Amino acid sequence: MINLQSVRKVFQTKDGEVKAVDTVDLNIKQGEIYGIIGYSGAGKSTLIRILNMLERPTSGTVTIGGKNMSELSPKKLREARQEISMIFQHFNLLWSRTVRENIAFPLEIAGYPKAKIKQRVDELIDLVGLEGRGGSYPSQLSGGQKQRVGIARALANEPKVLLCDEATSALDPKTTDSILDLLVEINQKLDLTIVLITHEMHVIRKICHRVAVMEQGRVVEEGDVLNVFKNPTEPITKDFVKQVTEPEETVDTIKQFITEFPEGRIVQLTFIGGRAGQPLITELIRKYEVDVNILQGKITQTQNGPYGTLFIQIKGTESALARAMEFLNSVQVEVEVIHNA
Amino acid sequence: MLSTWFPNVQWDVLLEATKETLYMSAISVVITFFLGLALGLALFLTSPGNLWGNKFLNSVIAIIVNVFRSIPFIILIILLIPFTRLIVGTMLGAEAALPALIVGAAPFYARMVEIALREINKGVIEAAKSMGATNAQIIFKVLIPESTPALVSGITVTAIALVSYTAMAGVVGAGGLGNLAYMEGYQRDNADVTLISTALILVIVFVIQWIGDRITTSLDKR
Repeated sequence: MINLQSVRKVFQTKDGEVKAVDTVDLNIKQGEIYGIIGYSGAGKSTLIRILNMLERPTSGTVTIGGKNMSELSPKKLREARQEISMIFQHFNLLWSRTVRENIAFPLEIAGYPKAKIKQRVDELIDLVGLEGRGGSYPSQLSGGQKQRVGIARALANEPKVLLCDEATSALDPKTTDSILDLLVEINQKLDLTIVLITHEMHVIRKICHRVAVMEQGRVVEEGDVLNVFKNPTEPITKDFVKQVTEPEETVDTIKQFITEFPEGRIVQLTFIGGRAGQPLITELIRKYEVDVNILQGKITQTQNGPYGTLFIQIKGTESALARAMEFLNSVQVEVEVIHNA
Repeated sequence: MLSTWFPNVQWDVLLEATKETLYMSAISVVITFFLGLALGLALFLTSPGNLWGNKFLNSVIAIIVNVFRSIPFIILIILLIPFTRLIVGTMLGAEAALPALIVGAAPFYARMVEIALREINKGVIEAAKSMGATNAQIIFKVLIPESTPALVSGITVTAIALVSYTAMAGVVGAGGLGNLAYMEGYQRDNADVTLISTALILVIVFVIQWIGDRITTSLDKR
Protein backbone atom coordinates (compact mmCIF):
# COMPACT_ATOMS: atom_id res chain seq x y z
CA MET A 1 0.00 0.00 0.00
CA ILE A 2 2.69 2.45 1.05
CA ASN A 3 6.25 2.11 -0.13
CA LEU A 4 9.17 4.36 0.69
CA GLN A 5 12.50 3.95 -1.04
CA SER A 6 15.64 5.66 0.25
CA VAL A 7 13.66 8.74 1.24
CA ARG A 8 15.78 11.63 2.44
CA LYS A 9 14.84 15.10 3.61
CA VAL A 10 17.55 17.64 4.19
CA PHE A 11 16.84 21.09 5.61
CA GLN A 12 19.26 23.93 4.96
CA THR A 13 19.78 25.94 8.09
CA LYS A 14 22.24 28.63 9.13
CA ASP A 15 24.23 25.97 10.95
CA GLY A 16 24.47 23.82 7.83
CA GLU A 17 22.52 20.83 6.62
CA VAL A 18 20.13 19.00 8.90
CA LYS A 19 19.18 15.50 7.84
CA ALA A 20 15.64 15.26 9.16
CA VAL A 21 14.97 11.99 7.36
CA ASP A 22 17.97 9.93 6.36
CA THR A 23 17.56 7.17 3.78
CA VAL A 24 14.38 5.56 5.01
CA ASP A 25 12.87 2.48 3.37
CA LEU A 26 9.47 1.34 4.54
CA ASN A 27 6.82 -1.00 3.31
CA ILE A 28 3.36 -0.71 4.84
CA LYS A 29 0.68 -3.22 3.94
CA GLN A 30 -2.98 -2.60 3.19
CA GLY A 31 -5.11 -2.71 6.36
CA GLU A 32 -2.15 -2.50 8.71
CA ILE A 33 -1.71 -0.23 11.71
CA TYR A 34 1.87 0.86 11.42
CA GLY A 35 3.57 2.77 14.21
CA ILE A 36 6.63 4.97 13.99
CA ILE A 37 8.13 5.74 17.38
CA GLY A 38 10.93 8.09 18.30
CA TYR A 39 11.81 10.93 20.61
CA SER A 40 11.10 14.47 19.51
CA GLY A 41 13.52 15.58 16.82
CA ALA A 42 13.92 12.04 15.48
CA GLY A 43 12.37 13.06 12.16
CA LYS A 44 9.10 11.19 12.49
CA SER A 45 6.96 14.32 12.02
CA THR A 46 8.80 15.14 8.81
CA LEU A 47 8.52 11.53 7.67
CA ILE A 48 4.73 11.39 8.08
CA ARG A 49 4.39 14.72 6.23
CA ILE A 50 6.41 13.31 3.37
CA LEU A 51 3.73 10.65 2.89
CA ASN A 52 1.14 13.23 1.78
CA MET A 53 3.73 15.64 0.36
CA LEU A 54 3.16 18.37 2.93
CA GLU A 55 6.95 18.08 2.94
CA ARG A 56 8.69 17.25 -0.32
CA PRO A 57 11.45 14.64 0.03
CA THR A 58 14.91 15.78 -1.03
CA SER A 59 15.37 12.43 -2.77
CA GLY A 60 13.81 8.99 -2.89
CA THR A 61 10.37 7.81 -3.91
CA VAL A 62 7.08 7.57 -2.05
CA THR A 63 4.45 5.31 -3.58
CA ILE A 64 0.96 5.13 -2.13
CA GLY A 65 -1.66 2.88 -3.71
CA GLY A 66 0.52 2.57 -6.81
CA LYS A 67 0.92 6.35 -7.26
CA ASN A 68 4.33 7.96 -7.15
CA MET A 69 3.42 10.86 -4.89
CA SER A 70 6.24 13.24 -5.80
CA GLU A 71 5.51 13.03 -9.52
CA LEU A 72 1.81 13.93 -9.34
CA SER A 73 0.61 17.19 -10.87
CA PRO A 74 -0.80 19.69 -8.34
CA LYS A 75 -4.34 18.66 -9.32
CA LYS A 76 -3.63 14.93 -9.10
CA LEU A 77 -1.88 15.48 -5.77
CA ARG A 78 -4.97 17.21 -4.36
CA GLU A 79 -7.08 14.27 -5.52
CA ALA A 80 -4.63 11.81 -3.98
CA ARG A 81 -4.68 13.75 -0.70
CA GLN A 82 -8.43 13.22 -0.45
CA GLU A 83 -7.62 9.52 -0.09
CA ILE A 84 -4.86 10.09 2.48
CA SER A 85 -6.35 11.78 5.51
CA MET A 86 -4.53 13.14 8.49
CA ILE A 87 -5.29 13.80 12.14
CA PHE A 88 -3.18 16.03 14.33
CA GLN A 89 -1.87 16.37 17.87
CA HIS A 90 -3.63 19.70 18.32
CA PHE A 91 -6.68 18.65 16.28
CA ASN A 92 -6.47 21.66 13.92
CA LEU A 93 -10.22 22.16 13.77
CA LEU A 94 -11.74 25.34 12.37
CA TRP A 95 -12.96 27.22 15.43
CA SER A 96 -15.38 29.26 13.32
CA ARG A 97 -17.29 26.12 12.30
CA THR A 98 -19.53 23.84 14.31
CA VAL A 99 -18.78 20.13 14.68
CA ARG A 100 -21.07 19.36 11.73
CA GLU A 101 -19.50 22.07 9.59
CA ASN A 102 -16.00 20.89 10.48
CA ILE A 103 -16.83 17.36 9.40
CA ALA A 104 -18.45 18.72 6.24
CA PHE A 105 -15.32 20.70 5.38
CA PRO A 106 -13.43 18.02 3.40
CA LEU A 107 -16.68 17.11 1.64
CA GLU A 108 -17.12 20.74 0.54
CA ILE A 109 -13.54 20.68 -0.72
CA ALA A 110 -14.27 17.51 -2.69
CA GLY A 111 -17.37 19.18 -4.15
CA TYR A 112 -20.11 16.93 -2.72
CA PRO A 113 -23.71 18.12 -3.17
CA LYS A 114 -25.38 19.55 -0.03
CA ALA A 115 -27.81 16.68 0.53
CA LYS A 116 -25.03 14.11 0.28
CA ILE A 117 -22.92 16.09 2.76
CA LYS A 118 -25.72 16.14 5.31
CA GLN A 119 -26.23 12.38 5.08
CA ARG A 120 -22.50 11.62 5.26
CA VAL A 121 -22.00 13.94 8.26
CA ASP A 122 -24.80 12.14 10.11
CA GLU A 123 -23.12 8.78 9.50
CA LEU A 124 -19.76 10.08 10.67
CA ILE A 125 -21.13 11.66 13.83
CA ASP A 126 -22.59 8.26 14.73
CA LEU A 127 -19.38 6.44 13.82
CA VAL A 128 -17.20 8.49 16.17
CA GLY A 129 -19.79 8.71 18.95
CA LEU A 130 -20.58 12.42 18.89
CA GLU A 131 -24.37 12.17 18.72
CA GLY A 132 -26.01 15.36 19.93
CA ARG A 133 -22.85 17.49 19.70
CA GLY A 134 -23.19 18.42 16.02
CA GLY A 135 -24.13 22.03 16.73
CA SER A 136 -21.33 22.71 19.23
CA TYR A 137 -18.25 24.74 18.44
CA PRO A 138 -14.81 23.17 19.01
CA SER A 139 -14.20 25.51 21.96
CA GLN A 140 -17.11 23.83 23.74
CA LEU A 141 -15.63 20.33 23.43
CA SER A 142 -13.12 18.35 25.50
CA GLY A 143 -9.81 17.22 23.98
CA GLY A 144 -11.10 13.73 23.34
CA GLN A 145 -14.23 15.04 21.64
CA LYS A 146 -12.14 17.37 19.50
CA GLN A 147 -10.02 14.45 18.33
CA ARG A 148 -13.21 12.53 17.53
CA VAL A 149 -14.24 15.44 15.31
CA GLY A 150 -10.76 15.29 13.78
CA ILE A 151 -11.20 11.59 13.07
CA ALA A 152 -14.70 12.03 11.63
CA ARG A 153 -13.39 14.82 9.42
CA ALA A 154 -10.49 12.63 8.30
CA LEU A 155 -12.82 9.76 7.42
CA ALA A 156 -15.33 11.91 5.54
CA ASN A 157 -13.89 11.31 2.07
CA GLU A 158 -13.61 7.55 2.66
CA PRO A 159 -9.81 7.59 2.57
CA LYS A 160 -7.60 4.55 2.08
CA VAL A 161 -4.90 5.76 4.44
CA LEU A 162 -5.10 7.62 7.74
CA LEU A 163 -2.01 9.43 8.99
CA CYS A 164 -1.94 10.15 12.72
CA ASP A 165 0.49 12.86 13.80
CA GLU A 166 0.89 12.34 17.56
CA ALA A 167 -2.90 12.09 17.66
CA THR A 168 -3.09 11.19 21.33
CA SER A 169 -0.12 13.08 22.74
CA ALA A 170 -2.24 15.99 23.96
CA LEU A 171 -4.78 13.74 25.68
CA ASP A 172 -4.94 12.21 29.15
CA PRO A 173 -4.36 8.43 29.50
CA LYS A 174 -8.03 7.49 29.68
CA THR A 175 -9.01 9.61 26.69
CA THR A 176 -5.95 8.29 24.83
CA ASP A 177 -7.23 4.75 25.28
CA SER A 178 -10.72 5.61 24.05
CA ILE A 179 -9.28 7.29 20.94
CA LEU A 180 -6.98 4.29 20.34
CA ASP A 181 -9.96 1.94 20.63
CA LEU A 182 -11.77 4.07 18.05
CA LEU A 183 -8.78 3.83 15.70
CA VAL A 184 -8.71 0.03 16.00
CA GLU A 185 -12.46 -0.04 15.38
CA ILE A 186 -12.26 1.99 12.18
CA ASN A 187 -9.19 0.04 11.06
CA GLN A 188 -11.21 -3.17 11.25
CA LYS A 189 -14.55 -1.79 10.06
CA LEU A 190 -13.22 0.13 7.08
CA ASP A 191 -10.05 -1.87 6.32
CA LEU A 192 -8.19 1.39 6.61
CA THR A 193 -4.39 1.51 6.58
CA ILE A 194 -3.23 3.60 9.53
CA VAL A 195 0.21 5.12 9.92
CA LEU A 196 0.85 6.77 13.25
CA ILE A 197 3.77 8.51 14.85
CA THR A 198 4.18 8.74 18.59
CA HIS A 199 6.69 8.90 21.40
CA GLU A 200 4.62 6.62 23.61
CA MET A 201 5.30 2.89 23.49
CA HIS A 202 1.89 2.42 25.08
CA VAL A 203 0.27 3.53 21.81
CA ILE A 204 2.42 1.13 19.77
CA ARG A 205 1.75 -1.72 22.17
CA LYS A 206 -1.97 -1.18 22.27
CA ILE A 207 -2.89 -0.84 18.60
CA CYS A 208 0.02 -1.33 16.18
CA HIS A 209 0.75 -4.43 14.18
CA ARG A 210 4.20 -3.32 13.14
CA VAL A 211 6.57 -0.69 14.42
CA ALA A 212 9.56 1.26 13.19
CA VAL A 213 11.89 2.93 15.67
CA MET A 214 13.41 6.20 14.51
CA GLU A 215 16.53 7.89 15.78
CA GLN A 216 18.29 10.87 14.15
CA GLY A 217 16.34 10.54 10.93
CA ARG A 218 17.00 6.84 10.47
CA VAL A 219 14.83 3.80 11.05
CA VAL A 220 17.06 1.83 13.41
CA GLU A 221 14.74 -1.08 14.06
CA GLU A 222 11.59 -2.40 12.43
CA GLY A 223 9.29 -5.38 12.67
CA ASP A 224 6.22 -7.00 14.20
CA VAL A 225 5.37 -5.35 17.49
CA LEU A 226 5.66 -8.58 19.46
CA ASN A 227 9.04 -9.44 17.95
CA VAL A 228 10.36 -5.99 18.72
CA PHE A 229 9.11 -6.36 22.28
CA LYS A 230 10.76 -9.77 22.53
CA ASN A 231 14.12 -8.96 21.00
CA PRO A 232 14.78 -5.25 21.06
CA THR A 233 18.31 -4.92 19.68
CA GLU A 234 18.98 -1.18 19.71
CA PRO A 235 19.41 0.59 23.07
CA ILE A 236 16.72 3.13 22.15
CA THR A 237 14.26 0.33 21.41
CA LYS A 238 15.04 -1.29 24.77
CA ASP A 239 14.26 2.04 26.40
CA PHE A 240 10.92 2.26 24.66
CA VAL A 241 10.02 -1.34 25.48
CA LYS A 242 10.81 -0.69 29.14
CA GLN A 243 8.24 2.15 29.09
CA VAL A 244 5.45 -0.41 29.03
CA THR A 245 6.88 -3.65 30.40
CA GLU A 246 8.68 -2.45 33.47
CA PRO A 247 7.03 -0.24 36.00
CA GLU A 248 9.40 2.62 36.68
CA GLU A 249 10.05 1.62 40.24
CA THR A 250 10.98 -2.01 39.38
CA VAL A 251 14.74 -1.61 39.44
CA ASP A 252 14.66 0.14 42.80
CA THR A 253 12.26 -2.38 44.28
CA ILE A 254 14.37 -5.33 43.23
CA LYS A 255 17.58 -3.72 44.47
CA GLN A 256 15.96 -3.03 47.80
CA PHE A 257 14.72 -6.60 47.98
CA ILE A 258 18.15 -8.07 47.25
CA THR A 259 19.79 -6.13 50.07
CA GLU A 260 17.12 -7.20 52.53
CA PHE A 261 16.72 -10.84 51.46
CA PRO A 262 19.92 -11.88 49.74
CA GLU A 263 19.15 -15.61 49.60
CA GLY A 264 18.10 -17.68 46.56
CA ARG A 265 18.03 -16.42 43.03
CA ILE A 266 16.22 -13.45 41.57
CA VAL A 267 15.08 -14.28 38.06
CA GLN A 268 13.35 -12.22 35.41
CA LEU A 269 11.02 -14.25 33.22
CA THR A 270 9.82 -12.83 29.95
CA PHE A 271 6.72 -14.38 28.46
CA ILE A 272 5.90 -13.90 24.83
CA GLY A 273 2.72 -14.75 22.99
CA GLY A 274 0.66 -17.72 24.19
CA ARG A 275 3.03 -18.64 27.05
CA ALA A 276 1.86 -15.70 29.09
CA GLY A 277 -1.36 -17.54 29.82
CA GLN A 278 0.17 -20.83 31.09
CA PRO A 279 0.45 -21.82 34.73
CA LEU A 280 4.23 -21.93 34.74
CA ILE A 281 4.81 -21.05 38.38
CA THR A 282 2.43 -23.79 39.63
CA GLU A 283 4.38 -26.33 37.60
CA LEU A 284 7.66 -25.02 38.97
CA ILE A 285 6.60 -25.38 42.59
CA ARG A 286 4.95 -28.77 42.17
CA LYS A 287 7.74 -30.49 40.23
CA TYR A 288 10.82 -29.07 41.92
CA GLU A 289 11.52 -28.57 45.58
CA VAL A 290 11.78 -24.85 45.48
CA ASP A 291 10.00 -21.95 47.09
CA VAL A 292 8.88 -19.23 44.74
CA ASN A 293 8.29 -15.69 45.82
CA ILE A 294 6.70 -13.39 43.25
CA LEU A 295 8.22 -9.92 43.45
CA GLN A 296 6.65 -8.06 40.60
CA GLY A 297 4.98 -8.78 37.32
CA LYS A 298 3.16 -7.21 34.42
CA ILE A 299 1.40 -8.63 31.42
CA THR A 300 0.80 -6.37 28.46
CA GLN A 301 -1.53 -6.99 25.55
CA THR A 302 -0.27 -6.19 22.06
CA GLN A 303 -2.15 -6.58 18.77
CA ASN A 304 -0.13 -9.77 18.07
CA GLY A 305 -0.57 -11.37 21.51
CA PRO A 306 0.35 -10.93 25.15
CA TYR A 307 3.76 -10.00 26.42
CA GLY A 308 4.80 -10.07 30.03
CA THR A 309 7.59 -9.91 32.53
CA LEU A 310 7.68 -11.52 35.95
CA PHE A 311 10.29 -11.08 38.64
CA ILE A 312 10.55 -14.03 41.05
CA GLN A 313 12.80 -15.15 43.84
CA ILE A 314 13.55 -18.91 43.89
CA LYS A 315 14.84 -20.54 47.03
CA GLY A 316 15.97 -24.15 47.52
CA THR A 317 18.96 -26.46 47.57
CA GLU A 318 21.65 -25.97 44.94
CA SER A 319 20.55 -29.04 42.99
CA ALA A 320 16.86 -28.16 43.16
CA LEU A 321 17.70 -24.66 41.97
CA ALA A 322 19.73 -26.04 39.08
CA ARG A 323 16.90 -28.33 38.00
CA ALA A 324 14.37 -25.53 38.30
CA MET A 325 16.50 -23.30 36.10
CA GLU A 326 16.82 -26.11 33.58
CA PHE A 327 13.05 -26.41 33.48
CA LEU A 328 12.58 -22.69 32.99
CA ASN A 329 15.09 -22.70 30.17
CA SER A 330 13.31 -25.62 28.50
CA VAL A 331 9.93 -23.90 28.24
CA GLN A 332 9.47 -21.00 25.83
CA VAL A 333 10.23 -18.35 28.36
CA GLU A 334 13.21 -16.09 28.41
CA VAL A 335 15.11 -16.32 31.65
CA GLU A 336 17.52 -13.79 33.00
CA VAL A 337 19.18 -14.28 36.36
CA ILE A 338 19.42 -10.90 38.00
CA HIS A 339 20.92 -11.96 41.30
CA ASN A 340 22.53 -15.17 42.44
CA ALA A 341 23.28 -15.48 46.13
CA MET B 1 -34.84 76.35 22.92
CA LEU B 2 -32.26 74.98 20.47
CA SER B 3 -31.97 78.31 18.73
CA THR B 4 -31.14 80.07 22.00
CA TRP B 5 -28.26 77.67 22.71
CA PHE B 6 -27.08 77.32 19.10
CA PRO B 7 -28.04 80.67 17.52
CA ASN B 8 -25.85 80.31 14.44
CA VAL B 9 -26.68 76.71 13.50
CA GLN B 10 -28.71 76.26 10.34
CA TRP B 11 -30.31 72.90 10.92
CA ASP B 12 -30.92 71.98 7.31
CA VAL B 13 -27.28 72.74 6.49
CA LEU B 14 -26.18 70.67 9.47
CA LEU B 15 -28.34 67.75 8.34
CA GLU B 16 -26.91 68.01 4.83
CA ALA B 17 -23.33 68.04 6.20
CA THR B 18 -24.06 64.99 8.39
CA LYS B 19 -25.43 63.13 5.38
CA GLU B 20 -22.30 63.99 3.40
CA THR B 21 -20.04 62.74 6.17
CA LEU B 22 -22.01 59.51 6.47
CA TYR B 23 -22.00 59.09 2.70
CA MET B 24 -18.26 59.62 2.37
CA SER B 25 -17.53 57.34 5.32
CA ALA B 26 -19.86 54.55 4.22
CA ILE B 27 -18.68 54.35 0.61
CA SER B 28 -15.02 54.60 1.55
CA VAL B 29 -15.36 51.97 4.30
CA VAL B 30 -16.93 49.48 1.90
CA ILE B 31 -14.31 50.00 -0.81
CA THR B 32 -11.48 50.11 1.74
CA PHE B 33 -12.69 46.81 3.17
CA PHE B 34 -12.42 44.96 -0.12
CA LEU B 35 -9.27 46.68 -1.32
CA GLY B 36 -7.55 46.33 2.06
CA LEU B 37 -8.60 42.69 2.31
CA ALA B 38 -7.14 41.97 -1.11
CA LEU B 39 -3.91 43.82 -0.29
CA GLY B 40 -3.67 42.19 3.13
CA LEU B 41 -4.19 38.74 1.65
CA ALA B 42 -1.55 39.48 -0.95
CA LEU B 43 0.87 40.58 1.77
CA PHE B 44 0.19 37.44 3.79
CA LEU B 45 0.15 34.95 0.95
CA THR B 46 3.36 36.19 -0.68
CA SER B 47 5.29 36.21 2.60
CA PRO B 48 8.06 33.58 2.74
CA GLY B 49 6.88 30.04 3.39
CA ASN B 50 3.27 30.81 2.50
CA LEU B 51 0.95 29.66 -0.27
CA TRP B 52 2.32 32.05 -2.90
CA GLY B 53 5.62 32.68 -1.12
CA ASN B 54 7.48 35.20 -3.31
CA LYS B 55 10.04 37.48 -1.73
CA PHE B 56 10.13 39.99 -4.59
CA LEU B 57 6.37 40.41 -4.92
CA ASN B 58 6.06 40.60 -1.15
CA SER B 59 8.53 43.45 -0.83
CA VAL B 60 6.93 45.36 -3.71
CA ILE B 61 3.50 45.19 -2.06
CA ALA B 62 5.00 45.98 1.35
CA ILE B 63 6.72 49.10 -0.01
CA ILE B 64 3.52 50.38 -1.68
CA VAL B 65 1.53 49.78 1.50
CA ASN B 66 4.13 51.44 3.70
CA VAL B 67 4.51 54.50 1.47
CA PHE B 68 0.78 55.24 1.28
CA ARG B 69 0.29 54.49 4.94
CA SER B 70 3.02 56.94 5.90
CA ILE B 71 1.93 60.00 3.92
CA PRO B 72 -0.02 62.37 6.16
CA PHE B 73 -3.60 62.41 4.94
CA ILE B 74 -3.82 66.13 4.31
CA ILE B 75 -0.76 65.88 2.02
CA LEU B 76 -2.13 62.76 0.34
CA ILE B 77 -5.26 64.69 -0.70
CA ILE B 78 -3.13 67.33 -2.37
CA LEU B 79 -0.86 64.75 -4.04
CA LEU B 80 -3.88 62.93 -5.41
CA ILE B 81 -5.54 66.02 -6.93
CA PRO B 82 -4.57 65.18 -10.54
CA PHE B 83 -5.64 61.56 -10.04
CA THR B 84 -8.95 62.60 -8.51
CA ARG B 85 -9.64 65.08 -11.33
CA LEU B 86 -8.94 62.30 -13.80
CA ILE B 87 -11.39 59.78 -12.37
CA VAL B 88 -14.02 61.96 -10.66
CA GLY B 89 -13.78 65.01 -12.89
CA THR B 90 -13.87 67.57 -10.07
CA MET B 91 -12.20 68.48 -6.80
CA LEU B 92 -15.43 69.56 -5.09
CA GLY B 93 -18.04 67.52 -3.26
CA ALA B 94 -18.15 64.26 -1.40
CA GLU B 95 -17.26 62.07 -4.39
CA ALA B 96 -14.03 63.98 -4.87
CA ALA B 97 -12.92 62.95 -1.37
CA LEU B 98 -13.34 59.23 -2.01
CA PRO B 99 -10.11 58.49 -3.94
CA ALA B 100 -7.96 60.07 -1.24
CA LEU B 101 -9.95 58.44 1.56
CA ILE B 102 -9.59 54.99 0.02
CA VAL B 103 -5.95 55.35 -0.97
CA GLY B 104 -5.19 56.55 2.54
CA ALA B 105 -7.18 53.92 4.43
CA ALA B 106 -6.76 50.74 2.36
CA PRO B 107 -3.03 50.27 3.12
CA PHE B 108 -3.75 50.92 6.79
CA TYR B 109 -6.43 48.24 6.79
CA ALA B 110 -4.23 45.90 4.69
CA ARG B 111 -1.68 45.78 7.52
CA MET B 112 -4.42 44.90 9.99
CA VAL B 113 -5.67 42.17 7.66
CA GLU B 114 -2.14 40.79 7.41
CA ILE B 115 -1.80 40.70 11.20
CA ALA B 116 -5.22 39.03 11.51
CA LEU B 117 -4.20 36.34 9.01
CA ARG B 118 -0.89 35.70 10.75
CA GLU B 119 -2.77 34.94 13.93
CA ILE B 120 -4.43 31.93 12.30
CA ASN B 121 -3.09 28.62 13.54
CA LYS B 122 -0.73 27.28 10.84
CA GLY B 123 -1.95 23.77 11.64
CA VAL B 124 -5.41 24.60 10.32
CA ILE B 125 -3.95 25.65 6.98
CA GLU B 126 -1.88 22.46 6.95
CA ALA B 127 -5.02 20.43 7.71
CA ALA B 128 -6.84 22.03 4.77
CA LYS B 129 -3.88 21.26 2.51
CA SER B 130 -3.84 17.66 3.70
CA MET B 131 -7.49 17.39 2.60
CA GLY B 132 -6.56 18.45 -0.91
CA ALA B 133 -7.89 22.03 -0.71
CA THR B 134 -7.00 24.41 -3.53
CA ASN B 135 -5.46 27.77 -2.67
CA ALA B 136 -8.78 29.49 -3.40
CA GLN B 137 -10.56 27.12 -1.02
CA ILE B 138 -7.95 27.79 1.64
CA ILE B 139 -8.47 31.56 1.24
CA PHE B 140 -12.26 31.56 1.23
CA LYS B 141 -12.99 28.63 3.52
CA VAL B 142 -10.15 28.90 6.01
CA LEU B 143 -8.24 32.19 6.05
CA ILE B 144 -11.15 34.63 5.82
CA PRO B 145 -13.68 32.79 8.05
CA GLU B 146 -11.04 32.01 10.70
CA SER B 147 -9.96 35.63 10.93
CA THR B 148 -13.40 37.34 10.78
CA PRO B 149 -13.44 38.76 14.34
CA ALA B 150 -10.05 40.40 13.76
CA LEU B 151 -11.11 41.55 10.28
CA VAL B 152 -14.25 43.16 11.72
CA SER B 153 -12.50 44.86 14.62
CA GLY B 154 -9.86 46.05 12.14
CA ILE B 155 -12.44 47.59 9.82
CA THR B 156 -14.08 49.24 12.85
CA VAL B 157 -10.84 50.99 13.74
CA THR B 158 -10.34 51.88 10.06
CA ALA B 159 -13.89 53.23 9.78
CA ILE B 160 -13.28 55.53 12.74
CA ALA B 161 -10.05 56.73 11.15
CA LEU B 162 -12.02 57.34 7.95
CA VAL B 163 -14.55 59.53 9.74
CA SER B 164 -11.74 61.76 10.91
CA TYR B 165 -10.20 61.71 7.41
CA THR B 166 -13.54 62.94 5.99
CA ALA B 167 -13.32 65.92 8.34
CA MET B 168 -9.90 66.76 6.92
CA ALA B 169 -11.14 66.23 3.40
CA GLY B 170 -13.94 68.66 4.26
CA VAL B 171 -11.43 71.44 4.77
CA VAL B 172 -10.29 71.19 1.15
CA GLY B 173 -13.82 71.35 -0.22
CA ALA B 174 -15.33 67.88 0.18
CA GLY B 175 -18.23 69.03 2.35
CA GLY B 176 -19.45 67.20 5.42
CA LEU B 177 -19.22 68.04 9.11
CA GLY B 178 -15.50 68.86 8.97
CA ASN B 179 -16.14 71.40 6.26
CA LEU B 180 -19.01 72.88 8.25
CA ALA B 181 -16.96 73.17 11.42
CA TYR B 182 -14.13 74.86 9.57
CA MET B 183 -16.00 77.15 7.20
CA GLU B 184 -19.07 78.05 9.26
CA GLY B 185 -17.62 77.46 12.69
CA TYR B 186 -14.00 78.57 12.72
CA GLN B 187 -13.83 81.02 9.82
CA ARG B 188 -17.01 82.85 10.80
CA ASP B 189 -16.26 82.57 14.49
CA ASN B 190 -19.42 80.57 15.29
CA ALA B 191 -18.26 78.38 18.16
CA ASP B 192 -21.69 76.74 18.48
CA VAL B 193 -21.43 75.34 14.93
CA THR B 194 -17.98 73.89 15.64
CA LEU B 195 -19.28 72.41 18.86
CA ILE B 196 -22.32 70.74 17.38
CA SER B 197 -20.32 69.41 14.41
CA THR B 198 -17.85 67.87 16.83
CA ALA B 199 -20.66 66.35 18.86
CA LEU B 200 -22.17 64.76 15.75
CA ILE B 201 -18.83 63.32 14.68
CA LEU B 202 -18.42 61.84 18.15
CA VAL B 203 -21.86 60.26 17.95
CA ILE B 204 -21.00 58.72 14.57
CA VAL B 205 -17.72 57.34 15.97
CA PHE B 206 -19.38 55.88 19.06
CA VAL B 207 -22.09 54.22 16.98
CA ILE B 208 -19.50 52.67 14.66
CA GLN B 209 -17.48 51.37 17.62
CA TRP B 210 -20.59 49.92 19.25
CA ILE B 211 -21.73 48.14 16.09
CA GLY B 212 -18.21 46.85 15.44
CA ASP B 213 -17.85 45.48 18.97
CA ARG B 214 -21.24 43.78 18.80
CA ILE B 215 -20.43 42.06 15.52
CA THR B 216 -16.95 41.01 16.67
CA THR B 217 -18.32 39.43 19.85
CA SER B 218 -21.08 37.57 18.05
CA LEU B 219 -18.65 36.16 15.45
CA ASP B 220 -16.00 34.99 17.90
CA LYS B 221 -16.59 31.32 18.76
CA ARG B 222 -13.14 30.70 20.25
